[in-house]
Amino acid sequence: MAATRGGERWATARLLSLVERGGPLADEVAERTWALLHGDATVDAISGRRANRAHVVGVTGPPGAGKSTLVAVWTTRLVERGHRPAVLAVDPSSPLTGGAILGDRVRMAEATAAGVFIRSMATRGHAGGLALAVPGMVRVLELAGFDPVVVETVGVGQVEVDVASAADTVLVVVTPGMGDAVQANKAGLLEVADLFAVNKSDRPDAAGVRRDLELMLDLSDLTGHGRRRHDTRTDGWSRPAVVSTVATTGAGVDELADATDAHLAGLAAVGTLVARREDRWRAEVRSHVDHLLLETSRGVVSGLSVGTGAPAAVARELAAGLVGGAEGDR
Amino acid sequence: MSGSTDRPPVRVVLAKLGLDGHDRGLKVVARMLRDGGMEVVYLGLRQTTDTIIDAVEQEDADVVGISMLNAGHLTLGPRMVEALADAGLDVPVVIGGIVPDEDLPAMANAGVAGVLGPGATAEEVVACVRAAADARG
Repeated sequence: MAATRGGERWATARLLSLVERGGPLADEVAERTWALLHGDATVDAISGRRANRAHVVGVTGPPGAGKSTLVAVWTTRLVERGHRPAVLAVDPSSPLTGGAILGDRVRMAEATAAGVFIRSMATRGHAGGLALAVPGMVRVLELAGFDPVVVETVGVGQVEVDVASAADTVLVVVTPGMGDAVQANKAGLLEVADLFAVNKSDRPDAAGVRRDLELMLDLSDLTGHGRRRHDTRTDGWSRPAVVSTVATTGAGVDELADATDAHLAGLAAVGTLVARREDRWRAEVRSHVDHLLLETSRGVVSGLSVGTGAPAAVARELAAGLVGGAEGDR
Repeated sequence: MSGSTDRPPVRVVLAKLGLDGHDRGLKVVARMLRDGGMEVVYLGLRQTTDTIIDAVEQEDADVVGISMLNAGHLTLGPRMVEALADAGLDVPVVIGGIVPDEDLPAMANAGVAGVLGPGATAEEVVACVRAAADARG
């Protein structure tokens, strides 16, 4: 842990593996990381940022939108601006074999050369595990002094979207050629975005995509849906910024870097950054409670003999026994 | 994530080292290893010992697989092994591609953990990489 704090990359990588793996050792690492991060940090009263807490940015979007390429050029630009970014790139594991091909580094050679720390991560089959592991891994990267910490996931599954959404700033990458505005509505990505990048915006239909996106945002404004709690405004919905980018040429990347910084500054300015992080902390506690209850219930249920009653009734009785008096509070 | 008793998947960094533009074999091997339950960090073409070392370190990889079809193995194989050792990384190197039989002793002497030639089956590829990972402990 001391080596991680001292900026030793191998030590950071080992800690990430431990946390990713789960189990008692992972819990211990996670607890000590938490204590180190929170123990001696001085809190800036105005921004709510702790001295060693990073700006956590989630990046998600459909496969092939150019997320990895965009993250690579963006983080490279951040290095030029004096930041020390790290990227956690999540790709799905095969549900059949548990194996995975993690290809994000192919698009990130430039960022690696610039000194960006990149860690590829497979979902490892357990949807719940991902939600448990990622926040802990983000904290290891914070402990190592990286800022911002970028979590990149493919936006095709609720868990992946949720994992990327557990961030200070959520960037959704969209691109021409992925269907019209109706598809964008279906995807469920609109609601989580603080910021959009219309990537591949040198394509002829990019203007149409941007127009469709703006229309959808107009409708969000109208219906009030898609309003996030703890936004950059406290008196209403703050419309996500839309930035046009071409990741392969670097066009729009400065604007993207400015927009992500501006979002964090906006949250801090209205005091919602702290609230957002408190929400995230509660969500993480909830994931752990779910996991513990799941493990307990698996054990209890596997010992039941069939025919003791209607499943729902048996379950209710068991649950009452498991959580004691707590279930009445919900 | 179901418990600490089951071993996590073997993590393999796969790359082509140097100027050799044929990555079809590497893609096939990546697929074999994935279907063998491993996590493949795919780097692809035109990597250097430095980019591979960055990846091995940050990804906490168990094995490095490099593909060579251009007769560079006698130079680049040992250089990769040395570069990893110099970086303080105790990670075995497996070479896949065209390596003549008479070069095999030289590869072993240089510390290359395994060599896979044309015609290796998926089972052989997975077994070779797993053996290299296990030998590391």
